[in-house]
Amino acid sequence: MSSTVQEKDPFKEKRKIKAVQKMKEIMTAYYIEAKTPTQQTGKKIAWITSGGPVEPLIVMDVIPVYPENYGAMIGASKMGVDLCEKAEEMGYARDLCSYARADIASATINGGPIGGLPKPDMLICCNNICGTVMKWYEVQARYFNVPLFILDTPICHREYSKEIKAYVEQQILEYIRFLETVCGKPFDYDRMQEVGALSIRGQRLWQDILDTTLHKPAPMTCFDAFFFLALIVTLRGKQEVVDYYEMLLAEMKARIAAGIGMLPNEKYRLLWDNLPIWYKTRWLSEKFAAHDASLVADTYTSGWCSSLQYVDENNFLGSLAESYTRIFLNTGTDEMAKRIIEMADKYQVNGLVLHSNRSCKPYSLGQYDIQRIVQEQRGLPTLMIEADMVDERNFSESQIETRIDAFIEMLK
Amino acid sequence: MISAGVDIGSISAKAAIIQDQNILGTHVILTGYNARNAGEQVFNELLMRLSIGPEGIQRIVATGYGRNSVTFAHKAVTEITCHAAGAHYLQPETKSIIDIGGQDSKAIVIDSQGKVKDFAMNDKCAAGTGRFLEVMARALEVDLDAFGHLSLTADNAAVISSLCTVFAESEVISLISKGEKRANIIAGIHESIAARVIAMGNRIGLQAPVMMTGGVAKNIGVVKALEKKLKTGIMVSENAQVNGAIGAALIAATL
Repeated sequence: MSSTVQEKDPFKEKRKIKAVQKMKEIMTAYYIEAKTPTQQTGKKIAWITSGGPVEPLIVMDVIPVYPENYGAMIGASKMGVDLCEKAEEMGYARDLCSYARADIASATINGGPIGGLPKPDMLICCNNICGTVMKWYEVQARYFNVPLFILDTPICHREYSKEIKAYVEQQILEYIRFLETVCGKPFDYDRMQEVGALSIRGQRLWQDILDTTLHKPAPMTCFDAFFFLALIVTLRGKQEVVDYYEMLLAEMKARIAAGIGMLPNEKYRLLWDNLPIWYKTRWLSEKFAAHDASLVADTYTSGWCSSLQYVDENNFLGSLAESYTRIFLNTGTDEMAKRIIEMADKYQVNGLVLHSNRSCKPYSLGQYDIQRIVQEQRGLPTLMIEADMVDERNFSESQIETRIDAFIEMLK
Repeated sequence: MISAGVDIGSISAKAAIIQDQNILGTHVILTGYNARNAGEQVFNELLMRLSIGPEGIQRIVATGYGRNSVTFAHKAVTEITCHAAGAHYLQPETKSIIDIGGQDSKAIVIDSQGKVKDFAMNDKCAAGTGRFLEVMARALEVDLDAFGHLSLTADNAAVISSLCTVFAESEVISLISKGEKRANIIAGIHESIAARVIAMGNRIGLQAPVMMTGGVAKNIGVVKALEKKLKTGIMVSENAQVNGAIGAALIAATL
C-alpha cells in the first residue's frame, strides 16, 4: 500500500516546485548571518515570538531570531523527542508546549539541527499567540540574563475595544523606547515607513500565493505553504521576502497556466486547521495525496497575512497595535469559526481536517465547538487528528491512518 | 457471488463469508504476533469449515488495524466503514454504532443507507477498550468471560475516575485493599467505560436506535451500563464481534 515511487517519475518531477532550492539558500544565509558573532556583523540579536511585531527590529538593524521557527526545524528533523525529554529532565512538565520545551532544552546544550540558536541580546515576547510565551521568555531572560520586553495584547473575543486600543498603543511606544535603550540609538521613524511598506507588500504577496490554490487543481498544498511560510515569519519587512515571493507567485501562476496541480488527480479539497505536525508532514502529505485529497488551504500559514485589513499603509507604526492584536489566534472561538467558514467557502473545500495539538492550547481549545459550528452551518465533514507539532510521542500512526482512511471513505 | 471479509484486530482476527446477502459462516481466532499469518489462517480455516476452495471466493475486503497486511484481499477498507455496513445489514434501522474492540473504541453515526455520517475514536490510549478490561480482569483475578454477569450482581457500583488504564488499575487495587466487593468494582469499571464512550458519541450526535459491535459487546455488563447511561435499549447481535468482517464481506460483494 506504499505510495512512494522508487524510480523518478517524470510527472512527479514536473510537479516539483522549483523555487524550493532558492528558499533553502535564503534560510541558510539568514541563519549563517544570525550565527556570525555580533562583533563581526555589528548587529544585535533579538529572539522574538512568531506573532511579535518584528518590523521595528528591522528598523534598528537587529537580527530577529525565532525560537518557534527553530522549534519547527527541530520537529521536522525529528529531534523533538530528545529535546523534550531533556526539558522534562530539567523539571518541565510534559504538558508544556513542545516548542517551549525544545527551545529551553536546546539553549542549554546548543541542540537541534543547526547546533542551537545564536545567543540573544534581548527578548521580545508578544502574547497574541498564547500565554505560554510569557513564562517561556521569562525563563530564557533569566538564563541568558538579557532584557525582556513583553507586549501584552488582550484577546479580542469579538471586538477591538477602545480600552484595548489605548492599552496596546501605549505599549508600542514603550517598545520603541526599549529598543532605543538596548540598541543605544534613536529610532528612525522614516525608515519605519519603508520597512512597513515592505512588510505589507510581503504579506500581500503571501496572501496572493496562498490564493493560487483557488484554482482547481491547486498548484500547491498547505504542506508546501508550511515550507514557504518561513520567510514571511522570519524576514517580514525585508526586500528579499518581496523578491522571493514575487518569484514564487510567478511560478505558481505559470503552473496554473500549464495546468500543473500538486496532485495529479485532485478529487477532494480540504482545509487544515492548527499547526503542522512537523515530523510527519511528508507522511501526511503522501497519505492524503494517495487518496487524491488536496489540502488547499489552512488557518495557520494564512495567519501571517490575516490582519492586513487592520494595517494602515500611511501610518504603519500607528496601526501596529491593532494589526498585531487582531490576529486569528487572539480572537474568540466564534470569530475563529467564522473565519474557517469563510475560508471553506472561499477555497471550495469538501471537508475540514483539524489537528488537535497537545502543545498549542489556544489553537486547540475551541476546536470541538468549531467542528460543530462548521457542521451546523455548512454540513461539511470534519476529521480530528490528535497529535503534537514537535513531540512525536503524541502521534499514533496506525490510529491516525485509520481516521484519515475512514474520513475519505466517508467523503466518497 | 460469494465474497469474504477479513478483519484483523489488535486482539482477534475475524473472517466472514457471505453469498447473496446471506452469511455462510464466520470465524474468530487470536491475532497473535503476526497479523499477516492471522489473516491467512482465519480465512483458510473458515474456507475449510465451509468446504469452499479459495477459487470459490470472488471478492475479498480486508479491514481492521491489520487491513494492509492482508495481501490476498482485493481492497482494504477501514473498520469504521465496515462496521457501518455490517450494522446496517444486521439491523437496518440502526442510526448509531458503539464499537469497542481490543485497542480502541468508536462511536459511528450512519445514515439510512448504512453510510458513515460521522465518527469519533478514542485518543491514543487503551482506556475504555477490550485491553483495558483484560488488565482489570487480571487485577481482580476474575475470568473475563465472567466479568459481565458478575457486574450485574453489584449493589453499589464503585467509582473509577481515572481515564488511564494504568492509573485505573491502581485505583482498582486500592479499592480491593479497602475491601470493596468485586462485583461493585467491576460494575464501576463498566460504568467508566460507558461514560467515556458516550461522551465521545455525544460529540458527534449519537442517536437511537444504537447497536453495539466489537468484541466487548459480548460483555453484558458494559451493554447494561451503556443502556443505563443512554436511557435506551441497545441492540447487540450474536454477530457483534464479527460485524466488521461481515461488513467487509458485504462491501466486497459490491466491488
